[in-house]
Amino acid sequence: MALTARLPRAPALLRAEEPLVKADMVAVAAGCICIALLTVAIFAPLIAPYQPDTINAAAINQGPSAAHLLGTDSLGRDVLSRALYGARLSLLGPALVTILSTTFGTAIAIAGTWVGGAFDRLAARFMDILFAFPGLLFAVLAVVAFGAGLIAPVIALSVAYTPYIARVIRAAAVHERQLPYLETCQLLGYSSWRTAVYHLVRNVRLLIVAQATLAFGYSLLDLAGLSFIGLGVQPPSAEWGLMVSEGDSALLNGYPYESLAAGAAIVITVVAFNVLGERLTARSQSRQ
Amino acid sequence: MLSHLRRWVLGPLVTLVAASFVLYTAVWLQPGNPLTLILGTRASPAQYRYMAHKLGLDRPMPVRYWDWLTNALHGNFGTSLVYKQSVTSLIGPRIVTTFLLVGYASVIILVIGVALGIIGGMSPRAAPVIAGLNGLGVAIPGFVAAEMLTAVFAVKLGWFPVLGTGQGLAGRLQHLTLPAFALAIASIAYVSQITRAAVSTEEQSPHVETARGRGLSGPRILRRHVLRNAAMPILTVSALTMASLLAGTLVVEYAFGLGGIGSLLDQSVQDKDSNVVLAIGLILVLVFVITTTALDFLQYLTDPRLRLRATAKWH
Repeated sequence: MALTARLPRAPALLRAEEPLVKADMVAVAAGCICIALLTVAIFAPLIAPYQPDTINAAAINQGPSAAHLLGTDSLGRDVLSRALYGARLSLLGPALVTILSTTFGTAIAIAGTWVGGAFDRLAARFMDILFAFPGLLFAVLAVVAFGAGLIAPVIALSVAYTPYIARVIRAAAVHERQLPYLETCQLLGYSSWRTAVYHLVRNVRLLIVAQATLAFGYSLLDLAGLSFIGLGVQPPSAEWGLMVSEGDSALLNGYPYESLAAGAAIVITVVAFNVLGERLTARSQSRQ
Repeated sequence: MLSHLRRWVLGPLVTLVAASFVLYTAVWLQPGNPLTLILGTRASPAQYRYMAHKLGLDRPMPVRYWDWLTNALHGNFGTSLVYKQSVTSLIGPRIVTTFLLVGYASVIILVIGVALGIIGGMSPRAAPVIAGLNGLGVAIPGFVAAEMLTAVFAVKLGWFPVLGTGQGLAGRLQHLTLPAFALAIASIAYVSQITRAAVSTEEQSPHVETARGRGLSGPRILRRHVLRNAAMPILTVSALTMASLLAGTLVVEYAFGLGGIGSLLDQSVQDKDSNVVLAIGLILVLVFVITTTALDFLQYLTDPRLRLRATAKWH
């Protein structure tokens, strides 16, 4: 007892590991919300009390009641069911944008730091051109070229978000490049491919996940905005941005429930993904 | 000198030309024949050929692009297929509304965003509250803010009109108040976030400690020592945010039925009115590139240590 009490605390260098082990409650909460949202999207048919497209002429623009917890819309459809089903299309688009832009962005960043030279400069110039477009304008142009819907805006936003991800990953990769472990890999005779993909990417993976999480939130905002102005997902699909727009006429008559429900779904989702993304970024940077 | 020319003149110019080409390609890829809009479906093939030749649609795409670009540089954006008037006269009055909206929103962002940020940076007690509000604010898109503000301030309280642009300056400003706030909310949160971080960093820095030790008054320390050093990141972020506001008008003008270039772009995309889409697209890109370049240049002038390039943020 007395002996252990007199033992000095571990030196600061060893204790530095502590905050990494301690759970970050805010991040955990945000992560739980993200997982819950994805679960809702997948199991919407099991959770939703009604079909999202069942029209009921006898119950139009109703306020919340026991039968319809969030009321009904201008066609008598159950708002809660549409919001739950809406999670599917509303989250599918951002998920695709996230996967595509993170893959392209990481590939360009790693290849740029590894190959360097002309390739790196060409990639930088290409990025500069993309930076000149606000993401939303780029998506609108894709709609001009390929028509409204989910596919064109998703591809456009994937391209538009690539430079933002590439820029962050590239900065981290340039830093990693000077570290001794990569030199060791090369001394051990590992191939460039193995060193770059297996070791370098693995060491910046937390940052990649963090950037992907942030991209999810931001692309959700853009895609919902496009649906809102009629250039994204088309009616009668259930999608949050579209629901905010469809609830507009009811809102002007004093029934804001549809717009409110869909708007809240968007804000909650984006806050959860943003918070998680920022915590992950901070953590990956504290590691470096 | 040469590298400076490349950075602030040549580079942005190349970017602009490339961006204009991307714009033109998108419109060129557009399915459907624009002539159907002019001639209807009952015109003969010969009439179609004549019209195509008259409008130059039978020429190769690079030639058409070059013609469009040189005409655009002379301020001639062609004729709107839907409105049957020159694009310039169509955009002219609308761009005033949009710039008024963006200007109004910018003032709101600067005043409220910086004020909230300073409070958050100075007072440790207010900091978590402001940080929480910022986290919530950046997640509120313009169109959700628009619907909520309408529900509360226009429908419930009746303080502001629901739709339209209004007459005279006072009427216009009243009609633009809710749209400007809807457009500003996310940016207020972002600017406040950056301000809070910059101010609290300066607050803890040795030179502020020294100033406090010398017995200077709080407001004087804030003005002379904290804000002077924190000004650059705040101004950078504010300017970038304002540049991106122009794209945000696309959604907010639609929500409030405002006749600006944002809602015109949306309408023209749905109508396949190519010349209008091209003109507004070019304006948006132009403003964006000029703002980022000017900002980069200003940063360089005020602080040569800053070799960091100003690039756009996500939103």
